[in-house]
Amino acid sequence: MSMKTSDVIFKQRIKDQMQDSFMRKSVANAQERMFTNRQLAADKLGNWDEWRENGKQIREHVLDNLDYYLHQLSENVQKAGGHVFFAETSEQATDYIENIIQEKNAKKVVKSKSMVTEEIGLNAVIQRNNCEVIETDLGEYILQVDDCDPPSHIVVPALHKNREQIRGVFEDKIGYKGSSDPEEMTRFVREHIRHDFIEADIGITGCNFAVAESGSISLVTNEGNARLATSLPKVHIAVMGMERIVPTFEELDIMVSLLCRSAVGLPLTGYVTAITGPRESNDMDGAEEFHLVILDNGRSDILASEFKDILRCIRCAACVNTCPAYRHIGGQSYGSIYSGPIGAVLSPLLGGYDDFQDLPYACSLCQACNDVCPVKIPLSDLLLKHREKMVIKKITPLAERMTVSAFNYLNSSPKLWNVAMKVGGKVAPKVIKDGKLPINVGAVAEWTEARDLPQPDGESFRSWFANRDAADAGKELAAVTGIVNPKPNLYSNTDKVEK
Amino acid sequence: MMKVNFFVTCLCDVVKSNVAKKTVLLLEQLGCEVLFPKEQGCCGQPSLNSGYIESSKPAMKSLIRAFEGNDYPIVTPAGSCAAAVKKYPEYLADEPEWAARAQAVSDRLFELTQFIVNELNIVNVGAKLPGRGVYHPSCSLIRKLGVREEPLKLLGNVEGLELVGIKNQETCCGFGGTFSIKMAEISGEMVKEKAANITAVTPDYLIGADVSCLMNIAGRLSREGKTVKVLHIVDVLMSNVVDDLSQSTITSNDSLTVEVN
Repeated sequence: MSMKTSDVIFKQRIKDQMQDSFMRKSVANAQERMFTNRQLAADKLGNWDEWRENGKQIREHVLDNLDYYLHQLSENVQKAGGHVFFAETSEQATDYIENIIQEKNAKKVVKSKSMVTEEIGLNAVIQRNNCEVIETDLGEYILQVDDCDPPSHIVVPALHKNREQIRGVFEDKIGYKGSSDPEEMTRFVREHIRHDFIEADIGITGCNFAVAESGSISLVTNEGNARLATSLPKVHIAVMGMERIVPTFEELDIMVSLLCRSAVGLPLTGYVTAITGPRESNDMDGAEEFHLVILDNGRSDILASEFKDILRCIRCAACVNTCPAYRHIGGQSYGSIYSGPIGAVLSPLLGGYDDFQDLPYACSLCQACNDVCPVKIPLSDLLLKHREKMVIKKITPLAERMTVSAFNYLNSSPKLWNVAMKVGGKVAPKVIKDGKLPINVGAVAEWTEARDLPQPDGESFRSWFANRDAADAGKELAAVTGIVNPKPNLYSNTDKVEK
Repeated sequence: MMKVNFFVTCLCDVVKSNVAKKTVLLLEQLGCEVLFPKEQGCCGQPSLNSGYIESSKPAMKSLIRAFEGNDYPIVTPAGSCAAAVKKYPEYLADEPEWAARAQAVSDRLFELTQFIVNELNIVNVGAKLPGRGVYHPSCSLIRKLGVREEPLKLLGNVEGLELVGIKNQETCCGFGGTFSIKMAEISGEMVKEKAANITAVTPDYLIGADVSCLMNIAGRLSREGKTVKVLHIVDVLMSNVVDDLSQSTITSNDSLTVEVN
């Protein structure tokens, strides 16, 4: 799987997804649970806004000095005995990993959850080398055994499936006979894939944050699978987006505090692991060989663009968990491994407008995402920037461009606008009857699909006010004669004029 | 007497003109003299929120010019339009002179409840409206303008009005301007959920400070044949001068209108 997960057109995708009431229910429930937990955890920590500001500044500092920290990180990984590879493109990254697979004649790879390896379509590359790849994160595992169903959430990839559906998948694909009890299913999968950990030649992980001062990579997980994947196989390959660095462990502490609370509403996840290079002679366990693949894949371009802020992202999905559009269409509607507000910003940047031009419009600009982002990314502003970009590139529909031009022409001329408002005030109440126009096409048809049109009040405000103005002479007279502030008649302007 | 400029906004000018009229009357009752600079147009949201920043600039400048005739505060009964104008300095950043002019206008611009509570220092306008009301805190008010407490303070002092909370109260109603047309499917689902959460507490009124959101939710309530009366906050604050609003037979379809006697 690469970043793009569907060839169906956007509108059809959301239509299909919205018919899935199971999905919608589980997304809504999960959203509410995660939103509430996040809020509780943030409140319990206290001074949440200051923490966010701190997180933002750390991320900004790293981005502003990325060359320095990349160099420092790379030096320290090598000092610790690891290999570092800078991949400009996703092909370079997969080529490098493919070489290792071939060199080691690897037959089995275990992976822990990693968005960036999905972004580069790593699994397909591994498999074309007659090498088996097993996703060991439970959510990813469910999707993998379900014929590689695309993820619908960056933290909880199988969010769109309920336990009964998961039980069905396990029964069909891996011979599970038990109930839909999550603990029972988890126990089954643990036993089912234990031998894979033992047999695997290579373990592949992502990297939540790399610590530049020590050359360590950190992994924030809940299942312990990443620890097995990095300690049992002889080779460990970590893949990271080039922006995912913190200067020292002190900043790691802050970022992990923000990440765990924002992602799952907990002070900490089950496992927070830091790995520095391959195992040393006196180490009990760990890989004998460690590779760090640092991926650019368009990130340098983003860094130099007006979208730079998006690189602060720590993939917590707080924005996804609060997005009302995501709530109704679900993650797979986005057609990208990155869904929700972060996906709508990131996917067009990494994958281009050809495939992802609809995503920036799947947003009411409500800004709920901005408010929950632990590193204060102005997500809705960036979505608006995408729209602006597409206007400049003339990707937007011709009819829309013409309508907007006409609107702006009218709106920039006070005289024309004045006439338009007055005429509009007269005409609107005559044509809108019972919440409908005589002919409901185009924009009106879209609007009236779910709701009625408003019943206009009649006469435009500006006509009413102008008539009041005409009565001003009388008002002044009243002031002079000492009759102050005559009670205005709310609804009738005619008697006002008569005064 | 404090002089204020009124920024009517296009929806209040043409569609919900009673909201605009009542806003003027309320401000007058509260001791303001209301001026209406006639040269004003629309804030430009349909164009700006679709990304047509460059071609919106003449209209933005026209609106700025319209309010430069004096230095009095500018008041508007629509949060999203206020929020849009407050972004002008950012949109016009490439033209420092215009950015500064935009900033000056933006600094004088207040959403209605913000103006009444923070500038006039009034929290009780002497309104009376018996019944249960749900207040919809629009995205523009709470997240873009940071106006969270002001409407509640005003509503809290309305005699007889009981405010009831709803599930996911601060979630967007799904309007989003052109979003409601461009992504009508998603917008429709959002407003359906909002309407369901509102009707679940069986209120007499739905009250908000953004005409556009109210139009959206009212349109859905009307489609469902629900009898919740949809009121702009100014309808509520002016309800002292209307005889027995609660008894009038207003369907949600035309509930922004108060019956003319």
